Amino acid sequence: MSIILLIEQVLNGLQFGVMLFLMAAGLTLIFGVMGLINLAHGSLYMVGAFAAAGTAAATGSFVLALAASLVAAATAGAIVELTVIRRLYDRDHLDQVLATFALILIFSEGTRWIFGSFPLFLDIPEYLSGPVTLPGGIEYPLYRLTIILIGLAIAAGLFALIAKTRIGIQIRAGESDREMIGALGVNIARLYTLIFALGAALAGFAGALIGAIQSVQVGMGEPVLILAFVVIVIGGIGSIKGALVGAILVGLTDTLGGFLLPRLFATFMDASAAMSVGSALAAMSIYILMAGVLLVRPTGLFGGQ
Amino acid sequence: MRRETLLNAAVLLGLLAVPLWAWASDEPFIITLATKVVILAIAGIGLNLALGLGGLVSLGHAIFFGVGGYAMGILASHAQSYTPLMEWPLLIEGTKSMPVIWLLAVIGGACAALVIGALSLRTTGVYFIMITLAFGQMFYYFAISWPAYGGEDGLAIYVRNGFPGLNTLDPIQYFALCFGVMCVVLLFVARLAGSAFGLALSGARQNSERVQAVGLVPYRLYLVAFTLSGAITGLSGALYADLNRFVSPTMFSWQTSGEIIIFVILGGVGRLFGPVIGAALFIVLEHLLGGLSEFWHIYLGALLLIVVLFARGGLIGLLAGKEVAHD
Amino acid sequence: MTDPILDVRGISKSFGALKASNDVSLDLRDGEIHALIGPNGAGKSTLIQQIAGGLRPDTGTIWFDGVNITAESTVARARRGLGRTFQISSLAMEFTVLQNVMLGALGRRGGAFRFLSPVMKDRALLETAHAALAQVGLEDFASATTAELSHGQRRQLEVAVALTLSPRVFLMDEPMAGLGTEGSHRLMDFLGTLRHRAPILLVEHDMDAVFYLADRISVLVYGQIIATGTADEIRANREVRTAYLGEEEDA
Repeated sequence: MSIILLIEQVLNGLQFGVMLFLMAAGLTLIFGVMGLINLAHGSLYMVGAFAAAGTAAATGSFVLALAASLVAAATAGAIVELTVIRRLYDRDHLDQVLATFALILIFSEGTRWIFGSFPLFLDIPEYLSGPVTLPGGIEYPLYRLTIILIGLAIAAGLFALIAKTRIGIQIRAGESDREMIGALGVNIARLYTLIFALGAALAGFAGALIGAIQSVQVGMGEPVLILAFVVIVIGGIGSIKGALVGAILVGLTDTLGGFLLPRLFATFMDASAAMSVGSALAAMSIYILMAGVLLVRPTGLFGGQ
Repeated sequence: MRRETLLNAAVLLGLLAVPLWAWASDEPFIITLATKVVILAIAGIGLNLALGLGGLVSLGHAIFFGVGGYAMGILASHAQSYTPLMEWPLLIEGTKSMPVIWLLAVIGGACAALVIGALSLRTTGVYFIMITLAFGQMFYYFAISWPAYGGEDGLAIYVRNGFPGLNTLDPIQYFALCFGVMCVVLLFVARLAGSAFGLALSGARQNSERVQAVGLVPYRLYLVAFTLSGAITGLSGALYADLNRFVSPTMFSWQTSGEIIIFVILGGVGRLFGPVIGAALFIVLEHLLGGLSEFWHIYLGALLLIVVLFARGGLIGLLAGKEVAHD
Repeated sequence: MTDPILDVRGISKSFGALKASNDVSLDLRDGEIHALIGPNGAGKSTLIQQIAGGLRPDTGTIWFDGVNITAESTVARARRGLGRTFQISSLAMEFTVLQNVMLGALGRRGGAFRFLSPVMKDRALLETAHAALAQVGLEDFASATTAELSHGQRRQLEVAVALTLSPRVFLMDEPMAGLGTEGSHRLMDFLGTLRHRAPILLVEHDMDAVFYLADRISVLVYGQIIATGTADEIRANREVRTAYLGEEEDA
């Protein structure tokens, strides 16, 4: 096992983690401010990916495709918030789960109806394809590196937004005391729609970026959604910092688990058995990580009591 | 008699009458559908014990359904290939006997629920929902990546397992068997709801502070409820696998968990017969709407949305009034 | 003098810069009603929560019948015989009145892990439950849904649930709150007799009730006990008058 291969896997884990952060950030914001658990967040990821794939097919422009993913997911998010989600804020979690589960069904089948069941493909643009050589002579796909950088930039932007801007102050006020932001004269309904649309846009953007690596298809959002839940459970609900740390942890655990565990078992088992035991364990590794965090800190690494 | 009791009796009779009619007019497919209703109802009854009585919103009940299914798949596949499960330290052979399979499905479901519950119940609310969902995904991926029992492709069992004194390959006999199991489960859950445990569990759901103040530990009540719930859903998983003579990782998928919750909600949360009515409604819709459109899940989604937003008591709530009765 | 059954020794609890309890000591002896009074925000609820087990003090100890219970959970304290009523009625609202007291009786029996026999036909439990309802005057409402009860009836039910536990100590957080004059008087008479079964630590806003009932009164201001004594001593205490009663009279 070469060190270069390992570094490459670490970067892959980082890239995966950064994408998970884009999903988890929206989820944790929406929960932190509005107290809503949104299962349909994965659908917004899918909407972003389809919008990007559709736009890229029509215009051939990757930048336009990314812009389309942001607009489409934010719009879908705002519409869903205005029609369904806002009726759920004062409902219990069971109602929220069911209604947003219903939204998944509607989004998924609706997308299948429009685009069909076959996966679409979103091509990496020429100027981002191919490898780059990193210091130390490591060759790494430029596109994945770009994803890492974009993701980290968005994370930094999000932290700045929450720490510095007026909206950020309102968000923080809303997290600590919902009645207070009303008293401050903030239009709560508009703030909620805005936050929901922001979360949706982040999810849609992530969907588009990943769409160029994997295929764009119905049902692509939910596995990512569930991983984002794992991220939030690990990081602590409502904490953006927790979402970032949790996402990187999950990304690295998943990627390195899949890479290292089969090799680890191969040191004392025959190759095929090591492969199957190792990959089965790797599939479970992030959940084991989550269970471990739960045992030590039931409210997550950065969660309050 | 109360309206809900009348409704329950009508449902039970209807669920018997339809397959009997189908048997008389030689429509085995309808019998199979009715059997599916009964089996899925059992899964829902299991979940309803945790969700309705204990207020535990579990999005991971597919785990127990799948564990029950794989209990059947693993035991029967070993019996069908005449290879023992293990030879050391003691010889364990596969089996084609339903009672043995059921026992292991129940134990497997209970053990899985005990471990997952012990971890997940350290938290409450949204955390609990997310964690149960995540553990479900863990089992799903495990089933996919574990090649010994079919991996992603699942396991086919060629002949339905046997039950002493019955020909389980005859659709109506297998239906009768499943129906009997469902009645026993219903009776058990009804007794449980009226027992000291049921009272304490329901009290904990309504007001956990109150239950602690009288010296009872909500965590233990929830954990026992979750374990029993997993055992029942595990049993239904074994029956379902035997109905299809096939198990696959799909049984573990989050969609399965979602569907089990839908049975409970469509019928009415916390009602004894809620899951039975909900499962029946689901299967009927699947076939009516599925016949209309390939994309029937859109309508299912819309219906679910309407029920959640406007008709919170489910179908029983609409038909028998809002109040959950006190016995 | 006998040892106090409940003995709070120098507990402090801070939330950030706010000292909600500051070196609080108080005790409860057999046969007495010990009232805890103080203006809003004095830290009464925080103190009660620490005694009941919902909050853990930063420093100091709590003793129950000679045992240090500072680290014990709410449940463990309830099992020792700490019968609590809540400031805001904390009942299972979907249950009938009888089911709520049955829950108490069940807790008293020490376990709920009986799965198949119908609990509402358990004669021993029913006897305890009905007796408790009769004592607070709710026997006619046994089959009413708790959510339908008036505010005052819920207060009575709170007390009835505490009674089913046959506790060694009652911890009552504003049992009179929201009761009409007649209801208050009935409950006052009842509490007056109850003290002989188990002593009561009473948090109460109704000063008439406190001065009528209490054998001893402690006054909590800004997280500190500024005086403990009989009703007459407290009335005469200048510090209490300026810090607390004076304000009340002006208001």
